[in-house]
Amino acid sequence: MRIKARTKETIAAYGFLAPNLIGFMIFTFFPVFISLILSFFKWDILTTPQFIGFENFSQLLGFHRDAATNHVVANDPKFWQYLWNTVFLMFSIPVCMMASLGLAIALNRKVRGESMFRTIFFLPSICPGVAISILWLWIFNPEYGMLNNIIYWGGKLLGFSLQGPLWLNSPGWAKPALMLMNFWIAIGGMNMILYLAALQGIPRDFYEAAEIDGANGWQKFWAITWPQISPTTFFIAIMSIIGGFQGGFMQAYIMTGGGPGGATTTIEYYIFNNLYTWQNVGYAAAIAWFLFMVIFVVSLVNWRFGGKLVHY
Amino acid sequence: MDNIRQPGNKAHLSEAAQKEKALQVFAYTVLAIGALSMIMPFLWMITTSLKTLDAIYIRPKNWIQMFIPTMFIWDNYVSAFKVVPFAKFYMNSIIVGVAVTIGQVFTSSLAAYAFSRLEFRGRDKLFFAYLATMMIPGSVTMIPVYVLMRLFGWVDTFKALIIPAIFSAYGTFMLRQFFMTLPKDLEDAAKIDGCGFFRIYTTIILPLSKPALATLTVFTFMGNWGNFMWPLLVTNSMNMRTLPIGLESFKTQYSTDWHYLMAGSVMAMLPIVIIFIFTQRYFVESIKLTGVKG
Repeated sequence: MRIKARTKETIAAYGFLAPNLIGFMIFTFFPVFISLILSFFKWDILTTPQFIGFENFSQLLGFHRDAATNHVVANDPKFWQYLWNTVFLMFSIPVCMMASLGLAIALNRKVRGESMFRTIFFLPSICPGVAISILWLWIFNPEYGMLNNIIYWGGKLLGFSLQGPLWLNSPGWAKPALMLMNFWIAIGGMNMILYLAALQGIPRDFYEAAEIDGANGWQKFWAITWPQISPTTFFIAIMSIIGGFQGGFMQAYIMTGGGPGGATTTIEYYIFNNLYTWQNVGYAAAIAWFLFMVIFVVSLVNWRFGGKLVHY
Repeated sequence: MDNIRQPGNKAHLSEAAQKEKALQVFAYTVLAIGALSMIMPFLWMITTSLKTLDAIYIRPKNWIQMFIPTMFIWDNYVSAFKVVPFAKFYMNSIIVGVAVTIGQVFTSSLAAYAFSRLEFRGRDKLFFAYLATMMIPGSVTMIPVYVLMRLFGWVDTFKALIIPAIFSAYGTFMLRQFFMTLPKDLEDAAKIDGCGFFRIYTTIILPLSKPALATLTVFTFMGNWGNFMWPLLVTNSMNMRTLPIGLESFKTQYSTDWHYLMAGSVMAMLPIVIIFIFTQRYFVESIKLTGVKG
């Protein structure tokens, strides 16, 4: 009798699951393994796939001695450049997090118009990325764009004659330009909301106790606020790193074409080009799996240390 | 130590109050500068969208000229529809967005009900598989699915734009977390009355979960609205393009027509901004709910 009821429940459960589960298996679960299999092949979708063992991976991650110069060089030096670009763009994460925290602290001071400020800060992160990218492409225009106009008129105000850089057209300025844009998008978004929630979760009496002990604002921040929000800080950092490794596609595609000289090509854009532009499915899959492994390691750090940083 | 508590110590009190006031002024300054920097690019976008092409290529002579056009050319918004099939892009985005959202909320809520309320063999393992895939970079699964679309001959059809996007591990996870918080008593009472599982799902679980369902609806629609890489991969005719790809086609064909581009961008953002303003409390709540647990 009991067993029958359980069997009935199991059948019902799989009935409920079926619409989602079937799609999940076809479009998410099996593709993970299929892309691993694809990474051992050379394939352009049109012709027969050709098994090449670890060749994609040795091309991607390996080195060889150049016969002419006798130097050790990467088999795919571009990949390493793009990996560096991806990491470089992530250097803005700490600054971005500090700014988000600053805004959250200011908002948390029972200011008037809190919801208005929150809405304004949140806007850039909910707008379609394409529209934002196109907008910033125009803002960065060296001649007529907003940024260089502001630099010029700001300089005038102070009595200087300032000329802004070429931004996206300059190999040196292209990455900082994208970092500035990412900063603008991210500072008031999810991270600020998470910080705000964390700040609101700190019990008031902690501060009252510290005030009785005569602690000043700075001391209160380092002794109470910072440790109390450290789980949130850790969480945001991990999520930003995971996001950062997968980032940069849209900006590269719309704003820079990955240039100048590959300066703004990220791993994600390289995957896209291998898959779509050059129809090199196996190599794209190999890069994607490399990315997966990197993110897996970051997640392991999260699982291993995430719980320990909670200061309650 | 207890200076603050002494009622006689007026000087100290006012010093503390002054400090507090200075901090408050500082907070407002930070917020104002922040808000201004957030708004300025949007303002610049709207300004550009209302200028003539000639006016765009003149360096502004002062701050006012930078943000306020001398003539407001509202016609740019009409012309944007004519130079590219903008209405078609818009329609495609709406069709795909609505279909994906309905599909996702439907399949996710069914699966979430099973995961949160029913006992069955393999439940925990299966749920772990769902969770684990959320950590995997999108490009890992995107590659085989793109190949699949090519092999199915689905490229350049609504099928490719809609079907793979319907089955969401995230939506299932989010709703499952919410369903877990619902009290069991109502359900037990219904069971005693002889209600089947599907009745319980439709008459008890769904009505109690309106906020969570609304959140997922808004999230899915907005996420889908901005989707770029997938529609780029699986469409190639003008007729099948969604708004983001359409905007991009604007750029390559009329690379110097910044007024149309900005008008198009404004129109692409508008629905999202409106939806956001009316539903932002859901956003804030759900970020807090799914995020804080870390």
